Amino acid sequence: MAEASYSKKVMEHFMNPRNVGVIENPDGYGKVGNPVCGDLMEMFIKVKDDIITDIKFRTFGCGSAIATSSMVTELAKGLHIEEAMKITRDDVANELEGLPPRKMHCSNLAADALHEAIKNYKQKKQNGQRS
Amino acid sequence: MNRIYLDHTSATPVDPRVLEFAEKYLMGGFGNPSSLHSAGLEAKEAIEEARSKVVQLVNAQKDTCILFTNGATESNNLAVRGAALRNSRKGTEVLASAIEHMSVLNPMKDLQKNGFKFTIAPVDSTGIVDLAKLESILTESTVIASIMCANGEIGTIQPIREISEIVHKKGAYLHVDATAAAGKIPIDVQKDGIDLLTLSSNDMSGPQGAGALYVKPGVKLQPVIFGGGQEAGLRSGTENLFAIAGMGEATRIARDEMEQESTRLTRMRDKLTKEILKIEEAYLTGHPTQRLPHHASFRFSRIEGESILLYMDTKFNIQVSTGSACSSKTLEPSHVLLAIGLKHEEAHGSMVLTLGQSNRDEEVDYIVNGVRETVTRLRELSPL
Repeated sequence: MAEASYSKKVMEHFMNPRNVGVIENPDGYGKVGNPVCGDLMEMFIKVKDDIITDIKFRTFGCGSAIATSSMVTELAKGLHIEEAMKITRDDVANELEGLPPRKMHCSNLAADALHEAIKNYKQKKQNGQRS
Repeated sequence: MNRIYLDHTSATPVDPRVLEFAEKYLMGGFGNPSSLHSAGLEAKEAIEEARSKVVQLVNAQKDTCILFTNGATESNNLAVRGAALRNSRKGTEVLASAIEHMSVLNPMKDLQKNGFKFTIAPVDSTGIVDLAKLESILTESTVIASIMCANGEIGTIQPIREISEIVHKKGAYLHVDATAAAGKIPIDVQKDGIDLLTLSSNDMSGPQGAGALYVKPGVKLQPVIFGGGQEAGLRSGTENLFAIAGMGEATRIARDEMEQESTRLTRMRDKLTKEILKIEEAYLTGHPTQRLPHHASFRFSRIEGESILLYMDTKFNIQVSTGSACSSKTLEPSHVLLAIGLKHEEAHGSMVLTLGQSNRDEEVDYIVNGVRETVTRLRELSPL
């Protein structure tokens, strides 16, 4: 089985990742992975009327980890949170024009980080409405 | 920007002088060394010439001590399996240091599945084998102990003479994998008390596809590859004439130039190390002084090795190596880094620089700058 190397798109997102950084007082925050495994991703979202108006990430990890984080923020920005919840690892990998098979778990992590941030937003919103 | 290749531990370019010497064996000088006609005899002569050059590099007793194989992995398999299976009447235990190459560890794991006991000799935080522990875990039943001369990932050089004394007290063979060390530091199989020694052509600027195994007179081995009986029956198969001739010449050049190259590369290595260690949370891996002259290995907190490698390559055209999990086939971090006591998250941020013929002092500033920028950039992206 041939070991695919990174596509041009993956390398582009790795060298020039989009939406890097933090959002102070984010509306939603997600964190997945762990440094023991070599992958940790943080996702911050700003939401208005259930639309993701801003999104930022930070990642500790390999080329795929950084590229998939960057790509997921690009895919999610401007989307309704329900649409964003539907983004899958395959969406991320396809937009990046493919990932080597053993790197697919990185794209899973990126999608998970986004979903965690959205869940966190919904949780906060619910708590906010209750109080 | 011109390429700055700093991964000589993974592959070395073939020295042009080696190519010039050996290329006639690809075009024209092609006889089978086992044939008795003039074409065969010419080929045989080329093999024997290469053999005596290798003898000189390691101070072997005689030409018949050197066997040619197709590379270090094969030599390691031959040493481990060949000794263990041939000498099972002596015992059925095999031992390796925790930082041996997979081509030593994996054959031993396989022997374990087939009735042998496999013990690991631990190393300290700089990669040196714990001699007291080694002595205590060797038994009368140990057939072979495999401890490498120097490690390609962390650069640490082992005290082979002391190790040899300990191993011989229990009557076991000492196998030394000299893949990373040969041609860089002097090796004397007689003075160092070595029974089996692995050598690699492509780690000495020779062609890929050749290696050697030194076998001390009296050491008993059986073949791994059976066939027509070449190499005293211990490695059958038509010899890779071009690669072996090339290996011989590479060995000769390495021996001639070892001292001056080692001085030159040590100087460059030390400059690089001094500057890189100024970076925040940058640490040297391996022994600070007992290390290969061309080898500088580090770990950086809070960032990951594969991204270090990619960024250095793409932005600066500098090729380096890493022991990170993401860069390996198994997604496990390097067993060497774990053996010296690094935690998983520490092992991920590793970067290994190994210098070679093509590298120059003038490159140091550019390299240091590249490393600094890479580390800064990746830390900007990191949540840690």
